[in-house]
Amino acid sequence: MSLTDPVDYIQRTREQYARLGYDDYRWAEKKEIPPWTPIKKPISESNVALLASGGAYTKGQVAFHWEDDTGVRIIPSSEPASDVRVTHFAYDLEPAREDPNIVFPTDRLHELVAEKTIGSLATNSVACMGGIYSSRRAEEELAPLILESIANMPGAPVDLVLLVPV
Amino acid sequence: MGLVARVLEEAGFPTICLTAARSITESVNPPRAAFVDMPLGYTSGRPHEPEFQRDLLRKAFKAAGNIDSPGSIVDLDVVWSDDPSWKDKATSGLNNGVNSVEGDSRQPRVNEPQYQYEEDRTAAENNREDDNAT
Repeated sequence: MSLTDPVDYIQRTREQYARLGYDDYRWAEKKEIPPWTPIKKPISESNVALLASGGAYTKGQVAFHWEDDTGVRIIPSSEPASDVRVTHFAYDLEPAREDPNIVFPTDRLHELVAEKTIGSLATNSVACMGGIYSSRRAEEELAPLILESIANMPGAPVDLVLLVPV
Repeated sequence: MGLVARVLEEAGFPTICLTAARSITESVNPPRAAFVDMPLGYTSGRPHEPEFQRDLLRKAFKAAGNIDSPGSIVDLDVVWSDDPSWKDKATSGLNNGVNSVEGDSRQPRVNEPQYQYEEDRTAAENNREDDNAT
């Protein structure tokens, strides 16, 4: 691999699992053309919702567990990143705990509203856990909860969702 | 997250999906994606570098506006550092190229809430008791 190329994590995981004696992981594979909703407003006028899978929660909420937690945590967008905590089994938490904006960029989105790159930030942000082992559970349990939080957003309806996985 | 993007889009909500793992995103094939060539765990930028983070997000939103065909991945012009050697051994887990750890460096998958601070546990448990009392 050339160091200008993206890291192929599927291949790396395959090699790593083989070395550890694990079965090969079956990544979700979607060959058909994805569903599509056109963006109707200029992004500078759009109400943007943040959806992040780095395991964010805020004080007073029950933290995610690390065994395929398919729940969501609704974090008011008024909460500064300094009040956001993160928990996850599959990435180095230390830098994200120092600056949650690297996996949950809420402060930055407020600044992009102020400079009019985006129109507004939705009332709530939605946090979940990445790394759900079963893609069926991600689709059947997690996705409907996320959709419900986006579709029933208090205040202005959501025009665009920014997804920030880890 | 690509799976969730597909569900949202199906339900009428446009999405833009950041990703630091291009091959996984190619496999899941979300409607609109913006690839950042960053180590895992730093999807929206380097810590304590607000202008870097804003620049990354501006480019992602610009990509969102420009993508006109479903399943596109735009490579964002953001660079983790002049030294690409982190890519040599990066895997998931703590071994993301910034850290170097042998074997399976993910944490055990425990089925109990994993709090950042002990005081968060107390706060969450107090909330639950308040809920039960009402």
